[in-house]
Amino acid sequence: MTRDEIFEKVQQTLVDALGVDDDEVTPEATLSGDLGAESIDYLDIVFRLEKNFGIKIPRGELFPENLSTGDGGFVKDGVVTPEGVAELKKRMPHADVDSFAADPKVENIQELFTVNMIVKFLEKKLS
Amino acid sequence: MRWIWIDRFLEFESGKRAVAVKNVTLAEEHLHDHIPGFAVMPGSLMIEGMAQTGGILLGEKNAFRHIVILAKVPKMTFHGYVVPGDSIHYAATLTDERPEGGSVEVRATVGETLVAEGEIMFAHIAQNDPQFGNINQKNFVFNSGLMGVFEVGKA
Repeated sequence: MTRDEIFEKVQQTLVDALGVDDDEVTPEATLSGDLGAESIDYLDIVFRLEKNFGIKIPRGELFPENLSTGDGGFVKDGVVTPEGVAELKKRMPHADVDSFAADPKVENIQELFTVNMIVKFLEKKLS
Repeated sequence: MRWIWIDRFLEFESGKRAVAVKNVTLAEEHLHDHIPGFAVMPGSLMIEGMAQTGGILLGEKNAFRHIVILAKVPKMTFHGYVVPGDSIHYAATLTDERPEGGSVEVRATVGETLVAEGEIMFAHIAQNDPQFGNINQKNFVFNSGLMGVFEVGKA
């Protein structure tokens, strides 16, 4: 499956899961900020991706949980530490962590969750 | 009044499918307000009935170890309305199930007529969840308390 084909299917998945218009689902769109996804929507998206692509996505693989909580020393004063950035890279190889690292505020973590991130995840998963 | 929007299970195939019946009667207060002079079963309460049918289906699969809550109605289409005297059959099919939650496809029919169809998603909440764990479970719909309805179905 080509990247464009994956994108089209992801686009349709997000239209169904979030009730948005297809032209809103651009590669750069963030799931929470731009498309209005709430916590339960992430589970809905996983269910739909599994169905639409015929794959299994283990818990936390696409959307890692507890990224900014816990006391792993990953967050200090509202900023993700270099150790935390390294952990993000490890857990989210499909996300653009390098751009995030330029301004690693905790509230910017959600900007890692883009349409493109899902496409990249699936590209790897399907290959 | 009790927050129970199904009367009895007609079919229950553990982990797969359940069908419950809801008999609509003018004894229900809300029908006199919805709508005055033209009693119709509110769509929201039909969604609740479908969610109870599907929620018990999901909860029972895991022996009610999780608190199951209605999390999202991704899709629901109403094709007609339901009036007093009608018996609605709510059929729920479990389509997804995993530790975080599950989802069902639902259909509501009166006789041969399809009145509503859609999807409902549930989230699992742990008994020890700091946010929800101490909530009185009587306030939650899809727990074993509702199995009373199930027992009626067995009788």
